Amino acid sequence: MRLETLSAMKHSVVDGLPDTARKLARQALAQGISPLAAISDGFVPGIEAVGEQFAKRQIFLPDLMASAEAMQAAMAVLDLELRKEGINRPTAGVVVLGTTKGDIHEIGKQLVGTLLAANGFRVHDLGPDVPGQAFAAKALEFGADIVGVSALLTTTMRNQKTVIEELEKTGLRAQVKVMVGGAPVTRRWAEEIGADGYAKDAMGAVALARSLMSAKAQPNSTTVLL
Amino acid sequence: MRPKLELLDGSLVERILDEAFQLIREPGIRVAPYAIELLHSAGAHIVGGVVQIPEALARHALDTAPHEFFLYDRSGNPVVHYGGDDVHYDPGSSCLNILDSETQRTRPAQSADLVQLVQVTEMLPQYAAQSTAVVCDDVPAEIADWYRLLLVLLYSAKPVVTGAFSGSSLHSLLELLAIESGGSEALRQKPRAVFDVCPSPPLNWSEFASQNMMDLARAGVPAEIVSMPQAGATAPVTLAGAIVQHAAECISGITIHQLAFPGAPVVWGGAPAIFDMRTGTCPMGAIETTMLDLGCAQVGKYLGLPTHGYLVAGDGICVDAQAAAESGISAVLGALAGINMISGAGMLEFTGCQSIEKLVIDAEAIASAQRLIQGIEQRSESLAVSMFAQTGLHGDFLKLKETRAFFRTEQHFPSAVVDREAHSVGEAGPNILTRARQRIADLLASYHRPEMSSDREQAMLDFGRHEAREFELPDLVLLGCGLRD
Repeated sequence: MRLETLSAMKHSVVDGLPDTARKLARQALAQGISPLAAISDGFVPGIEAVGEQFAKRQIFLPDLMASAEAMQAAMAVLDLELRKEGINRPTAGVVVLGTTKGDIHEIGKQLVGTLLAANGFRVHDLGPDVPGQAFAAKALEFGADIVGVSALLTTTMRNQKTVIEELEKTGLRAQVKVMVGGAPVTRRWAEEIGADGYAKDAMGAVALARSLMSAKAQPNSTTVLL
Repeated sequence: MRPKLELLDGSLVERILDEAFQLIREPGIRVAPYAIELLHSAGAHIVGGVVQIPEALARHALDTAPHEFFLYDRSGNPVVHYGGDDVHYDPGSSCLNILDSETQRTRPAQSADLVQLVQVTEMLPQYAAQSTAVVCDDVPAEIADWYRLLLVLLYSAKPVVTGAFSGSSLHSLLELLAIESGGSEALRQKPRAVFDVCPSPPLNWSEFASQNMMDLARAGVPAEIVSMPQAGATAPVTLAGAIVQHAAECISGITIHQLAFPGAPVVWGGAPAIFDMRTGTCPMGAIETTMLDLGCAQVGKYLGLPTHGYLVAGDGICVDAQAAAESGISAVLGALAGINMISGAGMLEFTGCQSIEKLVIDAEAIASAQRLIQGIEQRSESLAVSMFAQTGLHGDFLKLKETRAFFRTEQHFPSAVVDREAHSVGEAGPNILTRARQRIADLLASYHRPEMSSDREQAMLDFGRHEAREFELPDLVLLGCGLRD
């Protein structure tokens, strides 16, 4: 029964069914499956499978979004239970995301946010048109491990640098990793402005965020993550 | 007979317009404060920055918008006719990168690249208009928009498709054009340029875009709406649904524009695209993107408005068979649809990169498209019988006077970019890139900078120096690496 439920959980994520995923999360708790086990043995294998299928171009962005939503629906139920039990779910990391000042484009950033959340990161999306100071203030408020800055225009891309400068001004730069992305952004640009990482797409951003977290865990590491 | 292609049947066009009128009313259009008062005083309902435009108000604007207008060359000749089924092409606009001619790798575009693009475009009759084709990386971003236009005006006599990068800088571009035309009234009478203005999908006229629409209308300089629904991402995934959104963005833009100055010239245009569900990119070379352009233009034509589309662009980063196939197909389909201005030639990488080699190759596809829409005509009373009466079954048509009389109009002769030589077995002919490079060299060698009154040229340069004074630009950069004849 337990195995069947875990397998159904995985499939609810793979098939992108938020209602089913939510129901299975509740069912698991009713069956006495611990919330942590439901996450790691049920839903996480689902989102991992989805990531692999997307990388192989077997599934598409709308499928990926649906799977991420299913994952979040299940997590909402399980997180609530964990809080009741006073257990802190180990997160993959805390991410503050936003689009730079003057830029109203959001699709890419939202995709990154959804996939990061589905992959265990705690994501605070500040939305579009965010000034550098607000990035720094929110990074401090939420205890961010990573700040992700998106820009779609060359004119607003320059404001990614402003975010890094603001983090430096507020003394947060040492403890916060900065990743940048968006259509005009290149690896060269990321290096030029002193960002810690760049990814060309949303799945790449998840892999990047994971490696930034490992680098953070080893503060003496000199690995360049660009 | 002029061949014509339509993708929508009449009832679907009506349905698209019906839903577009519904959308501008509910949920309405997000409009920046700059245009709110104008819309409010005309009777639109405003709820927290969202304007609900009644159909009657929008229909009135569509009625006052002109059905045709011309763009003029430097000598004041009307050379681009926006209206009817006339078709013109211009290079794609505002690329950040250029495919380096030598290395064939992308790099940020420089002033010298823009000058070369303008010179090549000037020499190719397939391009009725220039565009401010690249953003020059060697000048500060603050002056990048008018600086491109200055270079184009200095090196070209053709009309220009351009655009401002902000609400305030539009006035610098208009001033430059007014200097070149001999005053703002002369510019209004015979506009040299059309300005692209982009709403943000979905259904959002930003401060900058609203301001540009209103200020252009008041200046009497044509505005070209470039609505960019991305089907499946910022617009409905269905092609018909994305065309509805495009129509709603155009209708609301025309309403703002015509309220600012009724009768001012405006173009129903766009750069719609599908959203690739594997890569998250917006492929300009996809057939569905071309279908969107054709469908959107058909709706504009139904309303009797001048039209624009974004075609002849490719998605790879090489000048290769993919680029030629994507651009060739859309060049032909755009011509068959009778789109008045087709922008995009020379572009690669989803509009991110310009290539001069591709620009000259695309010119060949465009020439074929232009030949195609001339159609098959009856050139003489007898189609074939009188020619057979002369030659019998000998087949000596090469000798006939009809052959000499008609072959130049019947056949288009491509440049040497197109290889039609007879080759021996085993011979390796020059590849397309080699042929394109040779063509560019030939065109540049025959280019002469169009004459311009020295007073006006001086006034434009003085304007440039004054506007750029705080950036301490080396004069050579300001002049696009030195004015060259």
